[in-house]
Amino acid sequence: MSRRGTRFVHVLLGRRSALVGLVLILLLTLASLLLPVLHGGDPLSGTDAAVFQGPSLAHPFGTDGLGRDLMLRVFYGGRFSLLIGFTSVLFSILIGLPLGAVAGYLGGWPDTALMRFVDFMLSFPSLLLAIVLTTVFGGASLHSLILSVGIVGIPQFARQMRAEVLSLKEREFVLAARSLGFSHFRILFRHLLPNAVGPITVLATLRVGTAILDAAGLSFLGLGVEVGVPEWGTMIKIGRDEMSRSIWTALFPGLALTGSVLGFNLFGDGLRDALDPKLKGVRS
Amino acid sequence: MSRPLLELKDLKVHYPIHGGVFLKRIGEVKAVDGVSLEIREGETLGLVGESGCGKTTLGKAVMRLLKITGGSILFRRKDGTVQDLARLSRGEMRPIRAEIQMIYQDPYSSLNPRWSVGDIVAEPLTVHEPELGLKERDDRVAWLLEKVGLTPEQAFRYPHEFSGGQRQRVGIARSLATRPRLLVADEPVSALDVSIQAQVINLMMDLQEEFGLTYLFIAHDLSVVEHISHRIAVMYLGNLVEYGPAGEVYRNPVHPYTKALLSAVPLPDPDLDRPERIRLEGEIPSPLNKPSGCPFRTRCPIAKPSCAEEVPALLEVSTDHFAACPLA
Repeated sequence: MSRRGTRFVHVLLGRRSALVGLVLILLLTLASLLLPVLHGGDPLSGTDAAVFQGPSLAHPFGTDGLGRDLMLRVFYGGRFSLLIGFTSVLFSILIGLPLGAVAGYLGGWPDTALMRFVDFMLSFPSLLLAIVLTTVFGGASLHSLILSVGIVGIPQFARQMRAEVLSLKEREFVLAARSLGFSHFRILFRHLLPNAVGPITVLATLRVGTAILDAAGLSFLGLGVEVGVPEWGTMIKIGRDEMSRSIWTALFPGLALTGSVLGFNLFGDGLRDALDPKLKGVRS
Repeated sequence: MSRPLLELKDLKVHYPIHGGVFLKRIGEVKAVDGVSLEIREGETLGLVGESGCGKTTLGKAVMRLLKITGGSILFRRKDGTVQDLARLSRGEMRPIRAEIQMIYQDPYSSLNPRWSVGDIVAEPLTVHEPELGLKERDDRVAWLLEKVGLTPEQAFRYPHEFSGGQRQRVGIARSLATRPRLLVADEPVSALDVSIQAQVINLMMDLQEEFGLTYLFIAHDLSVVEHISHRIAVMYLGNLVEYGPAGEVYRNPVHPYTKALLSAVPLPDPDLDRPERIRLEGEIPSPLNKPSGCPFRTRCPIAKPSCAEEVPALLEVSTDHFAACPLA
């Protein structure tokens, strides 16, 4: 690996907070992927005999009002929450990056038009915008949830990318590329984009956390995935209604949600530091 | 005398200033305001002036990196045809770009930090000579790196592993890749340590001799320009004020601005007799709102009321030596 690469890993793993973030993300992801398979139980049905149980050996997180195993449901639901987080951010990137890059590169009226539109989107509270969008896309379903959260995330990526391109395109290596007669395409994709990867990765990581939270918020309001799918937001909503009977039904999905958002934020902050060439091997 | 390789005729570059809610055009900066000069094959023309006088804009205009407001840029191609670069479209300009290249001021920003030095030097070849095989291209890159005083093994290293002087050498290798004939050097050494400046200047002079290169050498440091230039052009606020053979301009400056600039050049020996320092009063006026008539009259020690009437033309004061001051 190049010296730059080793420094990157060194700084990233040297930060305890980033390491904690990474571990949280990996634990939640692996558990969500593997636990439902290994456990073999059905997260969607339970037995009347085991309603509202506290944590025990048989049910480490306890059971809910229908006697379903909460641990199984939390990690099974994690699949949806994480899926929504990643795919919606991917969607935001796919739309936001080209928009921002083109706006910043071309300047002039395309820039003004695009950025005013982005300002327009940012002028709404993101959750409110997401609520409107979910309704437009036909209400509670996984697809409309991903799409809404994804669209809400576009402005941030467009802005960040535009800012990166604006500062990069004044650098002399871009001038050199232009004076050599390279195509716009080549300049954008081979010179500008690779230099913007760092900040965009940081934003994407932080944004996954926010997207999971947004999705959970929508589900909590009843605009999330189909009824019955144990997505974290839906589970917290159900748990809140049952709060007087048992605290566990809302606590564990809430903890999972907090853990994942915290994980992505800590890791994103660590990434930012590791990608900053001005910081040399600082430990925290 | 060799024939001109590049000839500028009344070149103008004005930047529009937009303001207000609807970005209406509210004025313009006359960065280059009617410059005519020629650069002959194999020579170095030193272009000097204070910051903001338009010398960098002029260089970029020659590279067609800016929108040209008026005038022409006549360039003699390899095949002998003369083309007006100011009138060419982006596509038509493309093949010519191989023949005109630029050396940049800041070696820390002129190399893409994500690319290895070998890739940086190879890219112009990939674009302009796509018929080259991989092996041939690598050989050319190795050869170019050697020509600028680096080793072929350094092709695998990244820009941040090099010093400023070495980076500037990489930039020069990239500029030479397409076998250009004209190089626009925009303050190529002003970002380097003094000890490194001489090395880069000497490298440029060696390369000029070996490849018959022609340089438009832009700088604000007169002592650097004196060493490398055959002829000198002095710019002030977007206009040429004096223009002639280097020795002539240095020994017998005519224009009051050139005199003032030369009197400010530090001499290495403090005991040496030096001409009295001419101190210019005030700031360089904004190119947004240029004085009428002679642009220099607001700071000129010998200005008369008549100077405000019209822009003075370049007059030949001695063979090949021009100055834009009727009073001098």
